[in-house]
Amino acid sequence: MAEASSKLIKGATGDWEVVVGMEIHAQVASEAKLFSGSSTKFGGEANDHVSFVDAAMPGMLPVINEECVRQAIRTGLGLKAKINNRSLFDRKNYFYPDLPQGYQISQYKDPIVGEGEVVLHMLDGEEVRIGVERLHLEQDAGKSMHDQHPTMSFVDLNRSGVALMEIVSKPDIRSSEEAKAYMTKMRTIVRYLGTSDGNMEEGSMRADVNVSVRRPGDELGTRCELKNMNSIRFIGQAIEYEARRQIGILEDGGSIDQETRLYDVKKGETRSMRSKEEAHDYRYFPDPDLLPLEFDDAYVEALREHLPELPDDKRDRFISDLGLKPYDASVLVASKRLAAFFEQVCEGRDAQLSANWVINEWLGRINKEQLDIDDSPISADQLGKIVDLIKAGDISGKIAKDLFEIIWTEGGDPAEVVEAKGMKQVTDTGAIEAIVDEIIANNPGQVEKVKDKPGLIGWFVGQVMKASQGKANPQAVNQILKDKLGL
Amino acid sequence: MTDLTSLTIAEAREGLAKKEFTATELTTSYITAIDGANELNAYVTKTPEKALEMAKASDERIAKGEARPLEGIPLGIKDLYCTKGVGAYACSHILDGFTPEYESTVTQNLWDDGAVMLGKLAMDEFAMGSTTETSYFGPVKNPWRAEGESIDRVPGGSSGGSAAAVAARICAGATASDTGGSIRQPAAFTGTVGIKPTYGRCSRWGMIAFASSLDQAGPIARTVRDAAIMMKSMASVDAKDTTSVDLPVPDYEAALTGDIKGMKVGIPKEYRVDGMPEEVEANWQQGIDWLKAAGAEIVDISLPMTKYALPAYYIVAPAEASSNLARYDGVKYGLRVNGNDIIDMYEKTRAAGFGSEVKRRILIGTYVLSAGYYDAYYLRAQKIRSLIKQDFEKAFQSVDTILTPATPSAAFELNKEITDPVEMYLNDIFTVTVNMAGLPGISVPSGKNGQGLPMGLQLIGKAFDEETLFRTAGVLEDAAGILEAPTKWW
Repeated sequence: MAEASSKLIKGATGDWEVVVGMEIHAQVASEAKLFSGSSTKFGGEANDHVSFVDAAMPGMLPVINEECVRQAIRTGLGLKAKINNRSLFDRKNYFYPDLPQGYQISQYKDPIVGEGEVVLHMLDGEEVRIGVERLHLEQDAGKSMHDQHPTMSFVDLNRSGVALMEIVSKPDIRSSEEAKAYMTKMRTIVRYLGTSDGNMEEGSMRADVNVSVRRPGDELGTRCELKNMNSIRFIGQAIEYEARRQIGILEDGGSIDQETRLYDVKKGETRSMRSKEEAHDYRYFPDPDLLPLEFDDAYVEALREHLPELPDDKRDRFISDLGLKPYDASVLVASKRLAAFFEQVCEGRDAQLSANWVINEWLGRINKEQLDIDDSPISADQLGKIVDLIKAGDISGKIAKDLFEIIWTEGGDPAEVVEAKGMKQVTDTGAIEAIVDEIIANNPGQVEKVKDKPGLIGWFVGQVMKASQGKANPQAVNQILKDKLGL
Repeated sequence: MTDLTSLTIAEAREGLAKKEFTATELTTSYITAIDGANELNAYVTKTPEKALEMAKASDERIAKGEARPLEGIPLGIKDLYCTKGVGAYACSHILDGFTPEYESTVTQNLWDDGAVMLGKLAMDEFAMGSTTETSYFGPVKNPWRAEGESIDRVPGGSSGGSAAAVAARICAGATASDTGGSIRQPAAFTGTVGIKPTYGRCSRWGMIAFASSLDQAGPIARTVRDAAIMMKSMASVDAKDTTSVDLPVPDYEAALTGDIKGMKVGIPKEYRVDGMPEEVEANWQQGIDWLKAAGAEIVDISLPMTKYALPAYYIVAPAEASSNLARYDGVKYGLRVNGNDIIDMYEKTRAAGFGSEVKRRILIGTYVLSAGYYDAYYLRAQKIRSLIKQDFEKAFQSVDTILTPATPSAAFELNKEITDPVEMYLNDIFTVTVNMAGLPGISVPSGKNGQGLPMGLQLIGKAFDEETLFRTAGVLEDAAGILEAPTKWW
């Protein structure tokens, strides 16, 4: 209960609960568009990737791209969802210049993927399950450009007909944090599967976010849809703003109008785009140009067999087989390439120690310098060798950090660098004893005091480490000091 | 030498093979005939230069002994087909100036088999109509007139240009298309043979869509044999149209054996509609007698859903059309009438670009798909469609083909003011069920009425059994005798 209540929003008249459902649009990773052979490459000159079908020339017909179907099924399997062996394509009718056909081919009543589930591992350790209502395939529209000419608008159809997966969640999300975690998790899943590149900056992944508020335990409130969110951070901000806006209205005795709203990034607020009354009647009906999409169980099973290990499975394995802390496991599986880097580092090594170094030192540095994982100046092999040196007791953790810095900036073989720079930890007790004896001899006052205050041993350890330039093995120093001081 | 335009496709094929005349001579004869028939208004675009170029290539082929099945045969193409480099307007103002950069699969099939293109033929705007009067380019006149009259009559529609051109001998054969009767009704009005094959037999790629689940390509020709020859070339599976069907295309000509002994021919009682003219009834009976005389067994059958077919058709077809015609918005190609903003431009363009019949059907279609009406109209119409299919499936358990009248009357007068659109829609009453069920249907001339106007009978077949239709139609044609050409008055 303590956890649940922490998600509630305090209003002037009591607590409120925010309820969020999301419709995520993810561009399907495929060479060609959903119903035409045109390229899906991002960029290029306007209208470079447009076929007669994409431009809705008279008499043109859509032909389903089977790779897009496979990608949708793979994604469905990744969401542990029901795959529908028979689905239908429908026309969603509306007029817009960047919609050449005058309708979008989508899936309305019978989507290719049915109910599934996504598990979120929150930072506080809580596990949250978000239901997936459905996943369907649909065409993207083109782009209207209003800044190219003083009196006219231009249209770029490069994106027209590109395949999208629309993934609709159930209204199970209860906070902006969960919404962000859900979006992040969905992006991780599609990237693991290779079914979408998940690049939100390029628009290949975006979300419509439905937000409503209610008193805990009440019926669902009236929702507003925040359209076209293309950043995880802004999703969080927009939900926070929108929830408080709705709470403000309700606490003032008002009511929420069901409407579509836009999040203004600069102002940090949402504003009305169109009301329910202005909503289109899309006149959905089955597209007569396309036969029902049908495949058998064997087709699905063949795809399932070749699925890569998914993030949750990988996380479970890291915890149960490698003995990692759950939090560390969650961090490492957040990206397929990060997990792969970690697995290379920990191959044949102490997994938790490897995880600590991958997360704290290496990932911290990557993020700090805003580098791509592939551009890391330290290879998994090099980092692994640093871990080896620590594990063997050749270097202390502190020296290891210095070594990491050297390898990061200068490169080289960690063992050779340690050797060449004389960084090796002193484990020779004779050498340490000599230093300890000298310090005891030079500090009789401290020796007296430590008899009453054993905590002062730390001062002695520091002195020894300083004298050894940090190379003395701290455990050995401790033991020898205790013996010699009679503690 | 006889006038080359009087030859059927089969005869011209033989003459070309025997080198009695060249493809260029044959084509030139047609070009001359076309230029002399402007009053019929059958052609909206003439392509004589292209025709002569193609004919020359055909002559070279023939000389090398490499003639293909339709080598050198001059054809007219319904304006609904996209033909590369030649305007394609579906006889609508909204496609003003549109010249496709691609060739429809059906026409490509014809050119691949050696056919020669004479030009584009008039039709009702977007194939919506039964008279060809809704064409933006003006009505087409039926070459047939009642005996002793000089009153212009409609050629039927929507493939009225195709039917009139074939009847008037200004093409050897023509492509047409049929959504609710647009091949069979004009064929019946002009004394020609028209077949709508099974849905999926021909590719729809490159045909300007009216109602996608009903549209199907087919030929109009002077004889059953000619229709069979053309059908063989037009039909094909097509990777670009996933509703086309991958079945071998039979040699339809080989089906013309004249032997229908023991064939079971169904006569549906529901087609005896109220107010059917006696001459139509008598013509139907005549057809039954001819088939019986040829050894067929006549079986009375029932198709109880027939009465719902027309209303259901006029929900399904406009629904699909309202969506199919949304692309004509002035943004990309064709007509644009500028406005104050995008909505104003849409409205002005579509108001100016579409004729009243097309607007009516877009409105009907938009209405029946709207929230709150979808279940009551579109969904129920689809259910009726399933029941109509079941009717036929049941009937075809006991018969091989079904014989009906093709139309409720012979060709009527041009400019007949029909204020009630439903009266016009009744023209399709015998033909729409076939489209709703996706089955093949052929219209074959069966003599003339009292005024000397051609009449037609329809044969309906099992899915992909066009061969039975050709065979049976051939027997009717033999019995009725091939019609002479209409007396030239133009």
